[in-house]
Amino acid sequence: MPAKTQRVNDLSWMIGGPQGSGVDSSANAFARACAHAGLDVFGKREYYSNIKGEHSYFTVRAASRVIRSHIDDVHLLATFDAETAFRHVREVVDDGAIIYDPSLARTKLSDIPTIEPRLKGDLKTYLIARGVGETLDDLLTTAKQRGVTLVPVPYNDILEQIADEFKVDALSKIARMINMLAVGASLGLVGLEFDYTVQALNDVFRGRKATVDMNASGARKGYDLAKALAPDFSYRLERMARKEPRLFLTGSQAGALGKLYGGLRVQTYYPITPASDESEFLEANEILQLDGHGAAEAEDSAFLKEKDASVLVVQTEDEIAAITMAIGAALTGARSATATSGPGFCLMMEGIGYASINEVPVVITLYQRAGPSTGMPTRHEQGDLRFALHAGHGDSPRIILASGDFEEMIRDGLLSFNYAERYQMPVIHMVDKALANNSGTVAFPQLTDLRIDRGRLLADGNGFGPEHPYHRFELGENPVSPRAVIGQHGTLFWNTGDEHDETGHITEDPVLRDLMMEKREAKLQLAAKEIPDSVKYHYFGAKDAETVIVSWGSTKGPLLDALDRLLAEKESVGFLQLRLLNPFPTEAVMAHLAKAKRRVDVEMNFGAQLGGLVRERTGVDLTHTILKYNGRPMSNSELHDAIKAIIRNQAPRRTVLTHGA
Amino acid sequence: MALEQVLKPQDYATEVHNDWCPGCGDFGILRTIQMALAELKLDPYRVAMVSGIGCSAKTIHYIKTYGVHTLHGRVLPVAQGIKLANPNLEVVAVGGDGDGMGIGGAHFVNAGRRNLDMLYILHDNGVYGLTKGQAAPTLKLGVQTKSLAHPNINDAINPIWLALAAGATWVGRGYSYDVKHLKDLIVQGIRHKGYAFLDVLQPCPTYNDINTKEWDGGEDRSEQNGGRPLPRVYKLDGQGWDPVVHEPMEIEAKAKQALAKALEWGDRIPIGVFYNNEHVPDMGERIRQRIPTYYQKPPAEQRIAGPNGEPLTDLTKLFERLTVQPTA
Ligand SMILES: Cc1ncc(C[n+]2csc(CCOP(=O)(O)OP(=O)(O)O)c2C)c(N)n1
Ligand code: SF4
Ligand SMILES: [Mg+2]
Repeated sequence: MPAKTQRVNDLSWMIGGPQGSGVDSSANAFARACAHAGLDVFGKREYYSNIKGEHSYFTVRAASRVIRSHIDDVHLLATFDAETAFRHVREVVDDGAIIYDPSLARTKLSDIPTIEPRLKGDLKTYLIARGVGETLDDLLTTAKQRGVTLVPVPYNDILEQIADEFKVDALSKIARMINMLAVGASLGLVGLEFDYTVQALNDVFRGRKATVDMNASGARKGYDLAKALAPDFSYRLERMARKEPRLFLTGSQAGALGKLYGGLRVQTYYPITPASDESEFLEANEILQLDGHGAAEAEDSAFLKEKDASVLVVQTEDEIAAITMAIGAALTGARSATATSGPGFCLMMEGIGYASINEVPVVITLYQRAGPSTGMPTRHEQGDLRFALHAGHGDSPRIILASGDFEEMIRDGLLSFNYAERYQMPVIHMVDKALANNSGTVAFPQLTDLRIDRGRLLADGNGFGPEHPYHRFELGENPVSPRAVIGQHGTLFWNTGDEHDETGHITEDPVLRDLMMEKREAKLQLAAKEIPDSVKYHYFGAKDAETVIVSWGSTKGPLLDALDRLLAEKESVGFLQLRLLNPFPTEAVMAHLAKAKRRVDVEMNFGAQLGGLVRERTGVDLTHTILKYNGRPMSNSELHDAIKAIIRNQAPRRTVLTHGA
Repeated sequence: MALEQVLKPQDYATEVHNDWCPGCGDFGILRTIQMALAELKLDPYRVAMVSGIGCSAKTIHYIKTYGVHTLHGRVLPVAQGIKLANPNLEVVAVGGDGDGMGIGGAHFVNAGRRNLDMLYILHDNGVYGLTKGQAAPTLKLGVQTKSLAHPNINDAINPIWLALAAGATWVGRGYSYDVKHLKDLIVQGIRHKGYAFLDVLQPCPTYNDINTKEWDGGEDRSEQNGGRPLPRVYKLDGQGWDPVVHEPMEIEAKAKQALAKALEWGDRIPIGVFYNNEHVPDMGERIRQRIPTYYQKPPAEQRIAGPNGEPLTDLTKLFERLTVQPTA
């Protein structure tokens, strides 16, 4: 037999299983093993709105270069139930492999209650077309026929050995270990030194030795078995030397870290997927350390010597309370925020308007998910751009900043607070489900350039008092008035949701009304002028490209990966990533689109919301849209192909992407 | 927080034009709040008055402390946000019965669970004053006030019961025309360590033509009383009534007693303290057990930036936990 060609360090691995069976921890272990071996990893998590039983899966890509997205192909599929094989077999490439449990070989498609009728029908057609029956065995035979390597792992036999070895009285107690056996088998197939698996298990089980040992023993058995069964599997992973430490993060953690770095001191939230992970991370890390940074020069260095600080996380009764409580906290001077997703954001409208009219700096991190209504709670979408722009009645200025990757999430956490305080208005920091649940390695973020800017926040001892009364909404040259906080001597003020005068008392005077409306809107103009281009947008790819893609948020990952390929294919393509969506960077967008022959809007929603916004704010029409709204993030492969078709003039104006299980 | 110099109640008044209807019960509540602030010698710069939306919510504009007139129903979460971020402030919330028990119902019950150290005053007038007299959640079934096309089809919430059920640790009822008594209640409510709820019978002469000052005062019952009014409102104090939970073991008995008392309505309407229990740790204390520096360095008083804006929050430890070490 001729030696197979082998691909080294470019793997797309998938594991799946019923929810609650440890799919996430096994993927975490696999990804961490790769990371410890010096590889770059990217992980994507897909799950149902369900706690136990429905199918969830996790894709991990491991490679020797930065990867920011998934591809459609799966090189190695690790399963321990029949459903995962049924659902994903068609994604496995011909020279790929499937790890499976031979004791399930007779499981029939029709016996799996959690596969939706539509997909069952599809699969039946697929099997009938290949002239086979409907058991797992039949399914795997079709895979084998196209060259896929089958790797049977008798999980139960291995579990029994382990039970013996570690004196466990009931197999059910270690049943969850099956997923780590699958991880071991995967790493054996790709040939990564076993040490990294042990390191990863130490991470996942936080050094609990007995658990680590037992899981390592199981993983080792899987590892040896798979290696022996398919010693020349086409996909290999090899250790890479790495001089620099890196971070292994999820997006939710990145969101929390950015807020903490930005000085978050009160976070309110009501539980909702996919936003609550951020708040839970904050709550688990509520005691903070202060850095002595610059303390030497600070007059009150004594203060800074006390190293303790804290963030107060409050779980509220609903999102109305979350936003209004955060507003109350912000009025005292604490940097305050809340985090939510679409349904919760709906409840925050009135509060956002209140923050806007009262010029309260508050940050709302909006983790978008598939809507409308409850929609698909655990699935991805970028459907809330228009909503965030207009949420609330009346003209209520707000700043909208959208992050495209983990590092931006961290930086934007701080920037959101800066803008909230500098322009004294709510900031909606837009992220999404894909970002929140993605995980992977990133270079240590360089944050040293970041500064905290509290805008016109008054210092104590500011000279205000009965003789020199303070006016919270002073009308002056600068539309941003000096801001006092509750409890600051000499600075009484009032707030009201009604239109107000300079002190904050109710007014319906038409002249004052105009002045206050104009003052508030002028702050937005000021923000448009002051916020640097480096925050407003990024441009990637060929200068003066023939085809310019415009997008926002987490499509950045797959777009950059697709762009690399298109540029390597010598296409004249550029990508304009818009980060500041309100105030809108009109000039920059016009400049970048002016010369382009093809202007392509890429976003994860039905209505091409950004495309419409671009037209509205620039008068420039986008020639093409690539949209997706099936709840699954774009893969770089489908994006690449869709863009390529547009470049070749083979695509309609509107392309809808549909990949993803 | 107490002041050196003596402030009089009128020192806590703003010059803002007061636009309540003549004879409105809100005037009494406003005055008594100002009297209570003066009696407690509270520094206006350390007090936040917070209100919802409604006639009653305008109260804060007439008081010279920090004033936050919020949204309809949202007085409690805003007030709690202020208090949580800076527990060293004195926070008093005021609002209407529609505000607190209708649109703000979820906040009303959850405030009790938190037992945050603050006072909430409910202006209980039975109607939605500012929207022209629709039925409020405190209006009894079958009652037809002036603006109603039909007798009220909903039954009333009992604010005292609801506050007790929610977990308020001090529950009282006052009457806006008994100024001295109401002032004493407000003083006690502010002093109470924990969440204090004060229901105030606040006649709305414009829209509630049933529960009027005259009705409260029993002027319709003078025949039974030798030609003199026979007041419905009576004080709990001084009749052997003891609402205080002296020992934790008394909680059940005192709560039952309060619930029973709160059922009285109609001919006899009790005002005074129904329940007072300081054996439940307030939320500040619960937080302090987790965050030992909470009172010394509450969220509002923490430095977050160095002299040149350097972020002071040190992420090193968190980053360490998330770090993948170099490989050889
Ligand atoms: C969200 C919302 N819904 C409705 C209103 C209209 N509104 C203003 S005041 C009010 C009722 C106020 O009644 P209550 O809270 O009892 O206060 P009162 O005027 O009696 O003091 C209503 C419904 C509003 N301001 N906001
Ligand atoms: S409507 Fe009633 S509650 Fe409102 S101000 Fe007039 S009397 Fe007072
Ligand atoms: Mg009312």
